Order: sequence, then structure tokens, then C-alpha cells
Amino acid sequence: MDPLLVVENLHVRRPGAEVLWGVNLTVYPAEVHVLLGLNGSGKSSLAYTLMGCAGYRPAQGRILFDGEDITDLPISERARRGITLGWQEPARFEGLRTGDYIALGMKEPTLARVEEVLRAVALAPTAYLGRPVDQTLSGGERKRIELAAVYAMRPHLAILDEPDSGIDVLGVEEIASLIRHMAAEGTAVLLITHRDEMADAADRASLMCGGTVVKTGDPEEVRAYFAQRCRPHEETLGAQPWEPVNGDTYKEVVTRGVCE
Amino acid sequence: MKAHPAPTAPASLLGRRDPGWARDFEAILQAYEAAGGKVSALQSDRIASAVISANRVLWVNEIPGVHIEAEETPTGIRAHIRVDAGTRVEYPVHLCFGMIPQEGIQEILPMFEIDEGAEVGFLAHCTFPNAVNLQHIMDATVRIGPGATMRYTEAHYHGPHGGVQVLPTSHVIVEEGGWFENEFNLTYGRVGRMEIRMEVDVGARGVAELTVKAYGMGEDHIRVEETIRLNGPEARGLTKTRIAVRDRAIGEVYTTTEGNAPGARGHMDCTEIVRGEAVARNTPIVIVRNDQARVTHEAAIGSVSRKELETLMARGLSENEAVDIIIRGMLA
Repeated sequence: MDPLLVVENLHVRRPGAEVLWGVNLTVYPAEVHVLLGLNGSGKSSLAYTLMGCAGYRPAQGRILFDGEDITDLPISERARRGITLGWQEPARFEGLRTGDYIALGMKEPTLARVEEVLRAVALAPTAYLGRPVDQTLSGGERKRIELAAVYAMRPHLAILDEPDSGIDVLGVEEIASLIRHMAAEGTAVLLITHRDEMADAADRASLMCGGTVVKTGDPEEVRAYFAQRCRPHEETLGAQPWEPVNGDTYKEVVTRGVCE
Repeated sequence: MKAHPAPTAPASLLGRRDPGWARDFEAILQAYEAAGGKVSALQSDRIASAVISANRVLWVNEIPGVHIEAEETPTGIRAHIRVDAGTRVEYPVHLCFGMIPQEGIQEILPMFEIDEGAEVGFLAHCTFPNAVNLQHIMDATVRIGPGATMRYTEAHYHGPHGGVQVLPTSHVIVEEGGWFENEFNLTYGRVGRMEIRMEVDVGARGVAELTVKAYGMGEDHIRVEETIRLNGPEARGLTKTRIAVRDRAIGEVYTTTEGNAPGARGHMDCTEIVRGEAVARNTPIVIVRNDQARVTHEAAIGSVSRKELETLMARGLSENEAVDIIIRGMLA
């Protein structure tokens, strides 16, 4: 099967740090690919780079989507090709109603579909359709609406940045179930999380550390590797270890530090 | 803005007057719909209403407890609107002010008296669809009696040319336990030059909430001056201003809240979005004359949030589409 997304040797510099350091990653159509890693390992930076967000333009490397180089395309164009992102902390919109927000990304919006996706994230349409996507929503409600909006698009690739954070345990199971459902309907899901149990929902998994992908493979194997060998940065070096002065320092960090 | 179908004037209204009146009425109703008004409301005997075109009073409908007297002047009208004590008005009183010509002056001098314990809403549409060089002046006096409530919502439509000067001034007195809400919307079409001045004196346990939403573009100039004086114990006041300006437009907001009595609480909240070469200013003034009063303010002026923008673009919207949705949401 041809891959849907191929990331080749991706480097991204942010002020004061190189947040991605030679990332290689492949995602196949309709697979759930879990991206594990500790806080600060570069998972969200990779998500923003794949989506094309401001300030995350690659200094080196390329992103291929469906065989085409999209490295220089703007966000809107990537979205039109079927990529979307569910933010870890979704934005709030004064005066924009939930139903309208969800419908924005749909090619042929219908009320029935909007209601369907709200129910899929365990939100009652009657209670939420008219509510503004603003500060009056709790963090958990806003995350569910974000997931609903992504699901409503029926994208080819959904990048979900920690959809499980700020959600209760029961909710995590519902989210995992929805993600499997999305994959069954043909959406590839790149699921970013630091909860290793989310690997249960995955077909494959990758582990990020120090701004790069250090392991890809069977979810159980990657999960075990993550659980046994990854330690918070502070325990080893006492600082952000992925701010390499040069390649040698980086190698030392990865080898000796975070991934033991 | 969305297209409005040409309205059909209610036959029951047109049948009552001469053909010249009917032509004026038909024209102003079209403009009324362009401003967002519902012509059907004017057909109902249960809804108090008045239609003013330039200096002509084209239509008045009174209902029990709501009295509307309007007198034509050389340049506009003088009106007295009174709601009897204890009257609860089920549907908002519908008001339409407008001018069809491209040029001219319209002066509206209304006095609103809401007597003790009455409760009433007003839905006013001011429409100048063909304005090229036109001045609309309003000087309103409002008295909210003890325990009475008045909610006044005003929507403007100034057409596509920006050739309007809108200069409304209001002096409002909210007596003990009274409640006054005012919302002003000018979010479609061009603004031209608009200067809103409103002064509100609030008595004990009274409430005043003032909201202004406007979207300026081209060379539009929006100036909002609002003062709330919280004079009675436990009086409360809120100003909420939402302005978006783009191109070379200017948005200026000057709000003052005075806490002059024990337990008075006031807040001023201003958000302005700036695009292109536009300029936005906000000057909140807090005056507290009683050590048990409290007045706060918050203001945010800047461009559209990058995160909001990128969130909408990740749904496939262009940057311009995303900006428009964010601004429309803020002004909704």
C-alpha cells in the first residue's frame, strides 16, 4: 500500500531551539498511528509543522502527502487536500455557534451530519448546537467539539493533538472508539498523546524523543519501549535536552539521557 | 450581506392612504428590510410600531399601555413614547427611521418615558440605503421609572457608499430598581461617520448595560462616547464595545464609569480588531467617589488571533474567509 504521509528528514527551528531534528515518519491510509512521547519531545511541533502553521516552516526536509510535496503549501490548501488538525488547546470563538463551527469544514454541510458528529463525541445536539464556542464551554466540552469538527470533515488525515487530555477516563474510551471508527471510514489518524494506553487503539506507533522519531513499529512494542526506557528530561539532564548545540550533543542526549 | 427579497407592503396598510403615501411607504419598507427589519411585524395589531421617513410620520400603531405621539418638524420629527405603569409589553415596539434620498438631514427628537414597573423592548431599524451626503441626528431623552425595564436594540444600515453622518445622543435616567439595556449594531454596509454619545445616570439598585457593535471599512470613522454614573447604592453598570476596523477606518471608544455610591459596581469591556491601515483607540476612564464602590475595565485591541485564524484555515477556509467569520462572530 502506498503511504499517505511521508515525512523526510524534517528540521524545524524556533527562536532559541531546534524543535524538530531530522524527523522521519510514514503514515498509511486509514491507519491509526499513535505518536508517543514525553512532554517537550516535539510531538505538537510536528503537528503544527504538518499542518503548516506560522512559525513552523521547515528549515530542511520535506513533507509528502498522497505522493505530492506539500512542504510549502499554506494551511488552507493542506486542509483542502484532506489534512486537518485538532488542537490540544482549541481556540475559542466569540459569537460563533457550535453547529456553525462544525459545519465550516464540511463540503456539504447538513444538520443531520452535524448532529451525528456531536452525538459521536457524547454531546447532545439539542444542548450544544446553538452554544457559542467561547469561554462558556469547559475545557472538556471544547475538546469534544474540536474532535467533532475534525470528524465532520471526513479528512484523509486527521492529526489529533492530545484529544485525550482534560477528558475523564470514560471519555477517553469513547474517544478511542471514535478514532477507530474514523479509521474504519477511511481517515488516517495521527494520534498524538503521552498516554501510552492509547496505543491500544493504534495500528502502528512511533516514539518521539529529543525532537525526532526514535522508534516506529508495533504499538505494543513501542509502548513497552516508551514505558520502560523514557524518563522525564529533568531526571537525566535537568534541562530541555533537545536544544542541541550540535549533533554530537544531541546524540549524547538521546543515547545517554531521555531514552536510556 | 445576505440578499433581502423585495418586501410587499401590507395590503391592509396601503389600502388606507393615498398613492403618494403608498409609494413612500413601499420604499421605506424595502429599506427597512435591508436593515434587517421584519415587515410582517408592522401588520400585527398586537405590536406597537412607528415608521418615519425623513420628516414624515408614515405609520403609527399603538397598543394598550403604549402611547406614541409623533409630530413632524421641518427637518425631522419630535416623538413622545410612553409606556404606562405596570404594563408588560409582550412584543418589542418596532420603530423604523430612514431616508430614501441620497442627501438631506433627518433630526429625530424622541422622549421615552417608561413608568413605574413597566417592561418593554424596542426594536429600531435606521436605514439610509442610498445615502451619499446625508445626516441623521438623534437627541433622545429616556426616563426609566422605578422598577421599570427598557431594552432598546437599534440596527443600522447605511448602504454601500459610506455617505452618512450618524450622530445620536442620548440622556438616560434610570430610577431606583430600574433596568436599561441598549444595544447598537452597525455591522453591514458602510458606516460613514458615526458618533454615538450616551450618558446614563443610574439610581439605587438600578442597572444600565450599553452594547455597541460596529464594523468600519474604507474611510469610515466610528466614535463611541459613553458615560455611566452609578449614583445610587448598589447601582450597576456595564459597557461592552465590539469594534472591527479595516482599510483606513478609525475606531475610537471613550467610556467613563463613575462609582458614586456604596455598593456600586461598574465594568467596561472593549474589544477592537484592527486590519490593514485602520486605527483603533480605547480610552476607559474610571472615577470612584465612594470607598465601597468598585469599577473595573478590560480592553483588547489588535489583530485577529493567530490561533483562531489557523484553526479555521485548518478547516479549509482561506485567510480572508477566516478573518470575516471571526469578526462577524465578535459582532454577532
